[in-house]
Amino acid sequence: MSGLPFLSIITWAPFVSAVVIMFCARHRPLLVRWTATIGTGISLLASLWVYWAYDRVSAGFQFQETFALVPSLGISYFLALDGMSALMVLLTSIIIFAGVFASWTVKQRSQEFYALLLILVTGVYGVFVSLDLFVLFLFYEIAVLPMYLLIGIWGSSGEVRPQGIFGRAMGWTGVGTKEYAAMKLTLYLLFGSAFILVGILALFVAAGSRTFSFLELQSIRFDPSLQSWVFLAFYVGFGILAAIWPLHTWSPDGHASAPTAVSMLHAGVLMKLGAYGVVRVGMGLLPEATVQWAWLVGLIGCINIVYGALSAMAQTDLKYVIAYSSVSHMGVVMLGAATLTEHGLNGSVFQMFAHGIMTGLFFALVGLVYEKAHSRAILKMGGFGTMMPGIATAFTIGGLSSLGLPATAGFVAEFLTFLGAWSSAHPWWLFPGVFGAFITSLYVLRVTRYIFWGPKSDDPHFAHLPDAQGTEWAALGILVFVLVLFGVAPGLAIGPIDTATVPLLERLAPLMSAARTR
Amino acid sequence: MMADVTALALVALLLPAVSFLILAVVVPLRRLGRPAAYVSLLCAGGALAAAALAWRGAAERSRLVWDWIPAEAGPLATIGVLVDHDSTSMLLLVALVAFLVQLYSIGYLSDELPYALGRYYTYQSLFAFSMMALVLAPNFVQLFIAWELVGLSSYLLIGFWYHKPAAARAAVKAFWTTKLGDVGLLIGIVMLWRHTGTFDLTELQAMVNSGTVAAAGLSVMTFCIYLGAVGKSAQFPLHIWLPDAMEGPTPVSALIHAATMVTAGVYLLHRTSWLFALTPEVLAIVVWIGALTALLAAVLACVQDDIKRVLAYSTVSQLGYMMAAIGAGFSAAGFFHLLTHGLFKALLFLGAGAVIHAVGSNDLSRMGGLVKRMPQTAVLFIIGSLALAGIPFFGGFLSKEDVLGTVWEGGHVVPFAILMLVAFLTAFYMFRVVFLAFFGAEALVAHAHAAAASSADHASAHGAGHGPGSHGSDGHAAGGHGIPHDPPAVMRLPLWILAVLSTMTGAYVTVSGPELFLGHLEHEPTSPAWLMPAAVAVAGAGIALAWLTYQRAVLDAERLASSMGVLRTAALAKFWMDDAFEAVYYRVFLGFSRMVGWLDRYIVDGVLNVVSEWTVVGGDKLRAMQTGRAQDYVVAVGAGLLAMLIWIGWGR
Amino acid sequence: MGLQAYLVLSAVVFCLGLFGVITRRNTIGILLGVELMLNAVNINLVAFGRFRGDLAGLVFPVFAIAITVAEAALGLAIVILLFRVRRTVMADHLDLLRG
Repeated sequence: MSGLPFLSIITWAPFVSAVVIMFCARHRPLLVRWTATIGTGISLLASLWVYWAYDRVSAGFQFQETFALVPSLGISYFLALDGMSALMVLLTSIIIFAGVFASWTVKQRSQEFYALLLILVTGVYGVFVSLDLFVLFLFYEIAVLPMYLLIGIWGSSGEVRPQGIFGRAMGWTGVGTKEYAAMKLTLYLLFGSAFILVGILALFVAAGSRTFSFLELQSIRFDPSLQSWVFLAFYVGFGILAAIWPLHTWSPDGHASAPTAVSMLHAGVLMKLGAYGVVRVGMGLLPEATVQWAWLVGLIGCINIVYGALSAMAQTDLKYVIAYSSVSHMGVVMLGAATLTEHGLNGSVFQMFAHGIMTGLFFALVGLVYEKAHSRAILKMGGFGTMMPGIATAFTIGGLSSLGLPATAGFVAEFLTFLGAWSSAHPWWLFPGVFGAFITSLYVLRVTRYIFWGPKSDDPHFAHLPDAQGTEWAALGILVFVLVLFGVAPGLAIGPIDTATVPLLERLAPLMSAARTR
Repeated sequence: MMADVTALALVALLLPAVSFLILAVVVPLRRLGRPAAYVSLLCAGGALAAAALAWRGAAERSRLVWDWIPAEAGPLATIGVLVDHDSTSMLLLVALVAFLVQLYSIGYLSDELPYALGRYYTYQSLFAFSMMALVLAPNFVQLFIAWELVGLSSYLLIGFWYHKPAAARAAVKAFWTTKLGDVGLLIGIVMLWRHTGTFDLTELQAMVNSGTVAAAGLSVMTFCIYLGAVGKSAQFPLHIWLPDAMEGPTPVSALIHAATMVTAGVYLLHRTSWLFALTPEVLAIVVWIGALTALLAAVLACVQDDIKRVLAYSTVSQLGYMMAAIGAGFSAAGFFHLLTHGLFKALLFLGAGAVIHAVGSNDLSRMGGLVKRMPQTAVLFIIGSLALAGIPFFGGFLSKEDVLGTVWEGGHVVPFAILMLVAFLTAFYMFRVVFLAFFGAEALVAHAHAAAASSADHASAHGAGHGPGSHGSDGHAAGGHGIPHDPPAVMRLPLWILAVLSTMTGAYVTVSGPELFLGHLEHEPTSPAWLMPAAVAVAGAGIALAWLTYQRAVLDAERLASSMGVLRTAALAKFWMDDAFEAVYYRVFLGFSRMVGWLDRYIVDGVLNVVSEWTVVGGDKLRAMQTGRAQDYVVAVGAGLLAMLIWIGWGR
Repeated sequence: MGLQAYLVLSAVVFCLGLFGVITRRNTIGILLGVELMLNAVNINLVAFGRFRGDLAGLVFPVFAIAITVAEAALGLAIVILLFRVRRTVMADHLDLLRG
């Protein structure tokens, strides 16, 4: 059993099903869906197995697969997995599996839609399991590019009125349309990946132009001044994908315009690629720079938390609320990572997972509400709880996780992050974090109350709204179950995470004590 | 035996959890309504039995914990049960009231649709589980988890009739206000963990006893923890949510917003009294805030026309009492009052529920003379009122004496005086309700009938009315009952049980002291001899004033009220506290967030769009160089060549 | 006469050709200018061949002249085609290369 190349199976199963869909399933929408289900199902099963079989005692990188691609440059197809990436792979599997169900009703060009979605997922898996920076970068680009088509073709346009002193420029760029959002997202992310490429190449050259292997680069002590700017390059490059302030504005537009499954995947998983990149590549390879720049990462994280939450409060479009809440929650992730403490980092990685599931659930629900009510305007809706109790319940559970209520995964993540923040070098980070959680409770319950509670809206459009049905239940059920399961039994995730974060911190510990004495 | 006790406590804790899981997951069962109620009731009954046995058996402190959040150096957090005298007493109270309320609700909510009833019992089970988890929490993490979960249950149950805008508002308001306190609690817990390295109550207590906890900064932590209690136990200035929480069904108010959940803050402070003892300055704040809350709420209770709101404010007021006792340094007295208060306040609420059920309205002016129509309810309600007023041999007598005694003992003269005044007001407003509702003219009964019919559709029962008196009914459908009458047996039984238990314990402890509930007390407050007669006299005076005003009409109620002048205006406006919070929320907070949202969209993103525009416009400008005429290119080539030649020549 | 005289002549002819290419509006004129510039180069080659006694310098112009003829034919053909399509041979109007 252990002889199988599990990581390759996980990574390429969606790709193979995408190929099958493109060549064998023309004009047979049901076959398209089932092929996608099977492909992602294989990945899900394999990643569950890998997660289960991961040896937590010996820890380190396991399930290694190596295959030299360009020996002269030291590029190889090198896959392996540690506790942190195992959890991320599991997250990806869950989200895409639910995402396939959530987009069951895509009618327009479903063949291409599913194929692109599955290729995108291959890229995501690839980033999480590659230990060769060059291959990692390739997968990263694969994960970013299909987004342009997915949003540009299957997206939906929002309503944004250009105003303010830059109103002319905004009107000119077509704010709010799906094409605008797709272009903005793609440009932003490619802008970021340019930084990443430069950083990777700098490390490659500094290491003697022999290898792109993460493990080999890790064993090299780079010059601190080189580390310093390479870390910033990685931080900006990956950080854009994690929506760090002020480079976050692609995310609300992108998420709001994207079709349901794409929003789920994007907010649920792709943003985690950014945070994962900062932690894995940035912090993993550049210990001195990590200690040097932790204050910046944490500060921006704090800004993200409060700023994102306040912005979410101000929105009237449901999808924008959720999108800004993602900005806020990614702040928690970055803050936890910046604490450079065991609990903070565990909280950070756990928050990646928790937020992934939670926001996936949110976008699935918003998609359902939109599909049935054809509206995203919060203030127009009302009293939907009577008509769609199931959706209302799931939304409430997602919201509660979002505001960090215990017994959902969100609480554990935030709690650990707060513990880390207070024991870090900058204890005051605790306060923006806690305050952000409080604001989250304000906007989440406000939205819940407006949409699902209260008397039924008089609008005739909302007279007959069906609850979720069939495959939609499958998507919601999976996500809610995971959200609660990991909230009740966080040890399931913290155990593996701990095996990845503790070695990372052990590398940092001498530097931090040196920095403290200085 | 000890293992048995923890096992029993665990059974009591897990039975509601099982019931919650069954009802939450098995949707068809939940939709059936009645059967769901029976499942929940069965589990609550089992929990009650287990809790009673655990209470009997609890002698020494014993605990049972499991790892919850792992970490490199041993588990960071654990979950489990911590059983001792206090926690089992509280557990018994919770289990008892929860069971009785669930029983009562079968009658009270008999008109609900099946799926709504199922939902109700799902929430009830969740609440019972969470509250017990709170009571039995062996450490701060579990305590906080359960703390938030009871907040969630409270939110869900206040918003049970979620289609009522007022209920939706009240639910959200309750959650937000308590959450504001919880921010403090969370910060306090985190700080304390950093300070001492543990969440565990037992370990912490051992550290405190051995004097290894550094005092520096500790008062900030205890104050933050106290903030959590302020939110949950509705202390000034976060008391504003509790009266609004009365939008929920009356049994919910009895269970959550009177007997159990709101006392969680008191329980927390009692649980950690050894920690607070290290920070006397925080305890002084606790006394003062407690006394102030008691007074404020008592004054507000005097002007309410809604029977449930009177009770709600009286709850706030009594919570102030408990807090004051804890702040005075004798937390056992506060806890004792908590236990007795739990019984008689549940009785009062359920009695009020019976009245509302019969009359179809919350409004006192629509009641009157009910003693003839519903004699049993009247008797029960009066028993509860006597207990609350602190009349000897009734439930609240000795515990109230203890509270007053400890505050005097602690040397807090002004708070003591305030609390004596509150004792007077308490007796007054309770008997105001008694006389208005159960005695006096019966002329309004026909009117009540009409009101009941009109409020049958509880969705439309009332709109956005928010001032006192405009609160309409509980939303409860009482249509069909012509003349008010005593409630059915399923509702009467819990009332009688509560009344008997409350009076029995009152009488028992009056005779033989509170050891039954509290175990052996290390230092019992020795209240001065004059205190007991004084307190009884004050309570008697309050009752007498109410009697003179509302029964005999010797004093004109209107003139009495208007003689209070500005105080009355302030009380009717709830001392403008709600307005202040609303203004902060809508004007300051929402305004600020709109500004941030606008900045993000139109400035941060605007700059981006400007950059984007400049890029494109710049490209457009540069494009003009490409005229498309071959000759222009030749000129450029020639000029370039020439420039190169000159440049090369220059170097020579 | 020395080499320099030939080079000066060549430069003058080249500049005349360049001037024609740049300034003539008629495409035929531009073609003629190009021919002049090519011939200036030929003069250069022949002069260097003559003064350095290298026969290769004489062979190159023969090639160049042959190719120039072909090129002129091709150029004229393009001009005629252009005229058929655009009804003009004025260089100002031919801005298909515009960005």
